[in-house]
Amino acid sequence: MPRAMLTGNYAAGKTLALAGEANRNARGCVSGAYPITPQTEIIEVLRAHEFVKGRVVPVESEHSAMGVCIGGSLGGARSFTASSSNGLAYMNENVFAAGYYRLPIVMVAVNRTLGPPWNIWVDQGDSLSLRDAPWIQFYVESHQEVVDTILMAFRVAEDERVLLPVMVAMDGFVVSHTLMGVELPEQEQVDRYLPACHVPHRLRFDHPATVGGLAWPRETERHRKDIQESMERVPAVLTEALDAFEQVFGRRPKGPLTAEHTEDAEVVLVACNTMARTLRNVVRERRERGEKIGMIAHKLFRPFPRELVRQAIGSARKVGVLDRNHSPGSGGIFWQEYATSLQGRDLLVQDYLVGLGGGDVTPQYIHEVIDDLLARKHAGEPVWEEVTA
Amino acid sequence: MTTTATVPEDYCNHLLRAGNTNCAGCGMSLGLQLIEQAVGKDDLPMLVIPACCGIVTAGAFPTSAYGVPVAASTFASAPAVGTGLTTVAQLNGEKHFTMCWCGDGGTYDIGMATLSAAAERNEDLIYVCYDNEIYGNTGGQRSSATPEGVRTTTTPFGKTERKKDIMGIMAAHRVPYAATLSVAHREDFIRKFRKARSTRGFRFLLILSPCPTGWKSEPAQSVDLIQLAVRSGLFPLYEVFEGQRYRINAEPDGTPIERYMELQRRYSSKSVNLEHIKAGIEAQWHQLHGLAAAFPAREDD
Ligand SMILES: Cc1ncc(C[n+]2csc(CCOP(=O)(O)OP(=O)(O)O)c2C)c(N)n1
Ligand code: SF4
Repeated sequence: MPRAMLTGNYAAGKTLALAGEANRNARGCVSGAYPITPQTEIIEVLRAHEFVKGRVVPVESEHSAMGVCIGGSLGGARSFTASSSNGLAYMNENVFAAGYYRLPIVMVAVNRTLGPPWNIWVDQGDSLSLRDAPWIQFYVESHQEVVDTILMAFRVAEDERVLLPVMVAMDGFVVSHTLMGVELPEQEQVDRYLPACHVPHRLRFDHPATVGGLAWPRETERHRKDIQESMERVPAVLTEALDAFEQVFGRRPKGPLTAEHTEDAEVVLVACNTMARTLRNVVRERRERGEKIGMIAHKLFRPFPRELVRQAIGSARKVGVLDRNHSPGSGGIFWQEYATSLQGRDLLVQDYLVGLGGGDVTPQYIHEVIDDLLARKHAGEPVWEEVTA
Repeated sequence: MTTTATVPEDYCNHLLRAGNTNCAGCGMSLGLQLIEQAVGKDDLPMLVIPACCGIVTAGAFPTSAYGVPVAASTFASAPAVGTGLTTVAQLNGEKHFTMCWCGDGGTYDIGMATLSAAAERNEDLIYVCYDNEIYGNTGGQRSSATPEGVRTTTTPFGKTERKKDIMGIMAAHRVPYAATLSVAHREDFIRKFRKARSTRGFRFLLILSPCPTGWKSEPAQSVDLIQLAVRSGLFPLYEVFEGQRYRINAEPDGTPIERYMELQRRYSSKSVNLEHIKAGIEAQWHQLHGLAAAFPAREDD
């Protein structure tokens, strides 16, 4: 596997192309793509790729980008796209539709602040605003994780026990536009890793069906429950995807979440994406000072791995959640999930809103967060970085 | 479970089955039957139908009134979903055609950008707008296809704006083929649908689709109404090749527009400015005659 210095976007685009190409002996790949900063390079890479059996359609909007993916996937092709911020918001209706059609589409979300005001920097509020869509969501830390998670995303999405679309979210600029050494797989390896894409309910004349038409409440409720049950099967299917990944590529990507130093921790900090990397360094420093501090690098947001969270928190008494997103009138979205998962336990779960609108999440500020958490007797309203710092 | 509805074996291979939920006298029923007659049972299309009366036609899961595969798309997305489907078919050497079946709301209004983009990319699609000049599905609101003078639930005093010239818009995209189709002119309809079928690329067909429920007309008079719309000159039958060459298929015969309007309670004497409507029809024909004379269709078109 050659190692090269690549941007997160380039790595993502190439990986999507490899996955699309891997379906050339089945029904090929068909996608729609539309540019938005900071995701644009991904679709440029896709448009520059000459597929043996595939087409990336340069559409007029994100709504249609997902529309073409829906059509491609309903035709039985492998489909994928990428977007950010207002692009994801504009795509919203078809994002929901893709999941409700049960189509195994993979989308890279390059996190960017939703506007106005116009701000192109990283903020997870865009993809998290789609948390209630029937999509699996991964949040990844590094360039290599972008590549590995996209590949696994196809395996999980297309698994007949799942059949749901997957979003892989990375930080705008911090990952999308920076260069890192990445192992990009060979086509032959991807061919071995990804079985032919099989959409069991694809449109066909030998079994004419109306997909996505009208349904009564009872059928609709069954449909929703099916989706919930499929979501619940994701962790097991993901484990298989990790096992298979290790066999083909010789290394094992991270699972739904990674608990670090949590065994004896009294205080646990939670973060996703590149924030988790900064947090890791701070936690190491505090450990060196003898403080019983641990962390969770959170990767799988939907389905939310409640049981794994409970296990990982162990006997800690205080949990601090770093949220680079803001749900107005509530607080951070990861915090909401942690608080729900840990309810009934005698512990404090405090929300810290950090790096909103792309502000740097500095080690110094994370130290302050830890100090605040250590001194705290009760959880309170979400803490704003600018207001407290 | 996915929301997939199937049809019994013996009903397959029909575009539209009996027992569908269309209102009596609905232009969709006529149009879909004529399309089946045009292409024959062995060459039926794969359908993409956005939110509109046309998807209610299918009925509720697990049944479907359509005997062909149908993608029920979101309101604005039929040409995008159709692009995906027709591309997969092309990549896999499949011979069937993909047809978007859309209302005027999905065409003139919410779907305009999607339609324009698919036309600009010249996707291999037959796009049919069954134009009932109203949002039927949601109970009869105005669209930009609603003619002036018509009362709808959102133009209770009559619409003051003129109908959009969708054919002009599509011709300006220079699509390989665009034509207007009348459900009252069977042979002309069938010929033009076959022409569309044998053409490659983006094909746009406009059907003036009688809607007794929205037009407040008698179901039994649906075909007569379209006859009158064509004869009075309100709905010209013509074809545009590559946006550049025009062929008129029927000339108005002097039938007064009043006869068309009298049969529908959506037009009321209070809401209609007859002189203005007549002047609009005249201007439309002036333009069309000019175009057809200056840029005539070729013999082989
Ligand atoms: C995004 C979105 N907005 C609004 C609607 C509600 N809606 C469904 S069908 C329809 C009108 C359809 O009108 P038209 O396309 O003319 O078709 P018709 O119902 O007359 O056949 C509307 C407004 C919707 N389904 N989706
Ligand atoms: S409301 Fe009009 S378009 Fe809709 S089914 Fe009835 S007649 Fe047809």
